[in-house]
Amino acid sequence: MSNKIFRKYLFDEKARSLFFQTLVIGIFAVIIYLVTKQTAYNLEKRGIGTGFEFLNIAAGYDISISLIPYTSDDTHLRAYFVGLLNTLLISICGCFLATILGFLVGIIRLSSNWLFRNIAYVYVEFTRNVPVLLQIILYYTILLYLPKIKNAVVLFDTFYLTNRGLFSPSPIIKEGFSIVLLSFFASIFVAYFIKKFFKKKQELTGKQYPIFYINSALIIFTPIIFYFLMGMPLEFNHPVLKGFNFKGGMVIRPEFIGMLLGLSIYTAAFISETVRSGIVSVSKGQKEASQALGLKSNLIMRLIIIPQALRVIIPPLTSQYLNLTKNSSLGIAIGYADLVHGFGGISLNQTGKAIEIMFMVMTTYLTISLLISFFMNLYNKSVQFKGNA
Amino acid sequence: MNLNNSNLMMHNKYYNWIQKNLFSSWINSIFTIIALVFLYKVGSFFLNWTIFEADFRYNFQGELITDRILCSKNIVPGEYGACWAIIFVRWDQFMYGFYPTEEIWRVNLTFALLPLAIIGILFDKLPYRKYFIYFTFFFPFFAYYMLYGGPGFSVIDTNKWGGLLVTLFLGVTGIALAFPLSIVLALGRRSKMPIIKSICILFIEFIRGVPLITLLFTANVMLPLFLPEGVNPDNLLRALVAVTLFQSAYMAEAIRGGLQAIPRGQVEAAQSLGLSYWQTNRKIILPQALKIAIPPIVNTCIGLFKDTSLVLIIGLFDLLGIGRAALADMTWTKLYYEVYVFISLVFFIFCFGMSRYSLYLEKKLKTDNS
Repeated sequence: MSNKIFRKYLFDEKARSLFFQTLVIGIFAVIIYLVTKQTAYNLEKRGIGTGFEFLNIAAGYDISISLIPYTSDDTHLRAYFVGLLNTLLISICGCFLATILGFLVGIIRLSSNWLFRNIAYVYVEFTRNVPVLLQIILYYTILLYLPKIKNAVVLFDTFYLTNRGLFSPSPIIKEGFSIVLLSFFASIFVAYFIKKFFKKKQELTGKQYPIFYINSALIIFTPIIFYFLMGMPLEFNHPVLKGFNFKGGMVIRPEFIGMLLGLSIYTAAFISETVRSGIVSVSKGQKEASQALGLKSNLIMRLIIIPQALRVIIPPLTSQYLNLTKNSSLGIAIGYADLVHGFGGISLNQTGKAIEIMFMVMTTYLTISLLISFFMNLYNKSVQFKGNA
Repeated sequence: MNLNNSNLMMHNKYYNWIQKNLFSSWINSIFTIIALVFLYKVGSFFLNWTIFEADFRYNFQGELITDRILCSKNIVPGEYGACWAIIFVRWDQFMYGFYPTEEIWRVNLTFALLPLAIIGILFDKLPYRKYFIYFTFFFPFFAYYMLYGGPGFSVIDTNKWGGLLVTLFLGVTGIALAFPLSIVLALGRRSKMPIIKSICILFIEFIRGVPLITLLFTANVMLPLFLPEGVNPDNLLRALVAVTLFQSAYMAEAIRGGLQAIPRGQVEAAQSLGLSYWQTNRKIILPQALKIAIPPIVNTCIGLFKDTSLVLIIGLFDLLGIGRAALADMTWTKLYYEVYVFISLVFFIFCFGMSRYSLYLEKKLKTDNS
């Protein structure tokens, strides 16, 4: 009798699934219990407490690159934010540069010119098959062996490239500049409505309007007009060589440039491949049909090929952005003061709070990853087929 | 006359090709000229530096060069050709790290047999493939015995390992250990049991959401905290744990892609034949899914192989780490480019080889399925 009941449950899918899941939970619970107990014991033995109070203690180390005011007297929490901002800065700049470079190389790879095509191919193969860490270190080394300050390489009479970084003019913002900025954003806002209005008109009447020129003029000239109206509130402080160093201006440090070059050159190779396969994926008939309709080649690209290619390009592009952001943690190898280098490295060594700090660092990266995925998914939805389920 | 004609046609063929591919329009011609100038500048610089003006000698009047100064042409970096002596003199370190010289043959033997262990997995039409696969399963034990030591051989501690040995060890072992784990994760992610499914999703998404370096840090700093006192895995093993977990999450996603490509009818047909869950997966689903998933799996392997270079940050001497150690040696300073170019080349050979293999498979899959 009991055997019968046993057999009934043995071959019941629900009972089995319940059993296995309980088993898994049980095993996990035991492991977590043992690890927690052991960790608590180990921590106590080493005299390391738990908790986040250490965030309010003075960090006691300097950070070479900081977007917000920071001194070694500031707390670990502030060091965390400095690192976070540096990570975001390098990620955003890197994604931006990698996208431009990647699209350029991707399009060149489809060029009808055999030499151009193959130079791009060699670039892609050589950069994506060499570790990004090695590339970052290599570019950084090259930057460190640039000429010394007194023999700086001068670019466009304003930038000075030296072994201590790129010296460039720094903007001096005076009163009223916010209004110029505001006018810039307002003109973009207005341009959006102008575009919408004329598009509607075009759909009704079939007549085309030079929207692009109107809007470009609007966006370019409005801020310029306001700039002069407000009495030129933006000036530049040019670096001048005085003695052994430059006075004035600002310096973009070689750590930042090295990271930026390494990350964007490496990621651009991958992006170029997704761009290429995206454009190739648009069927030839589309191009032929639009040629038959009499569209010009730049219009074919803009109205027919690119919108369809984007549907294929966006998902892998998202994962490349994620990779770049995660790879920005390699700054530690050349001393770029990102989240892992400052907070995850020096703070951890000073306080010994490995668990808390790694938890914070990992959570931060997870949040950034999720945010990128979220916004890219929104964008992806906007370029996908509509009403085509 | 006839000969002349065919000659002319040959000539025309090249001429047509050049016109079509290089000078089809005036814009194209300008691009071609720009590209030629660029190639000449970069190519001549690079070839001069690496080969024509480089110094390949590694002994000077019968003695090994241990000093940069003896590299006659190379005093200022970048001004003359490369000084490859650093690679020749430190070759053993680049390959084996600080492995004792008299035991290096053990590593060489393992390196030599590694292709035999892999080839059976790579090519499914290999003659006597069965025996190669047997060897593949036998190889890890052999490699462990050879590299680490045991009865009959002296034990070489892993902190003496380095160079290509560590890079290959982390790459190959990480991939091999991650493979079964990733299959479990991929199946778990598609499981109908909500708890198992959510554990797998959480694990995969967590690992994919954080940088490898944080995992390496965690393994390095926190593993000793989690484990009882007697158990203290060495640095290499800690890195291996992190690398394996990392790789398994990425591989699981590649395998999931393959699983999704299998039509539902296959599962239903297998179930209607009375096969159990494991039988269905082992005999019907996985063989098909893995075949589709191999190209993306190989791509994750290339990624992992490159990422093994990150272990230098936690103080292991992989290929890049040993290169940096060589540069820290005062007599060799300023030979950065030689070392980095050499290491890049080694990584390039491995990764490019893997990517060619993945392309070959993709082509084969296309013809197989049509």
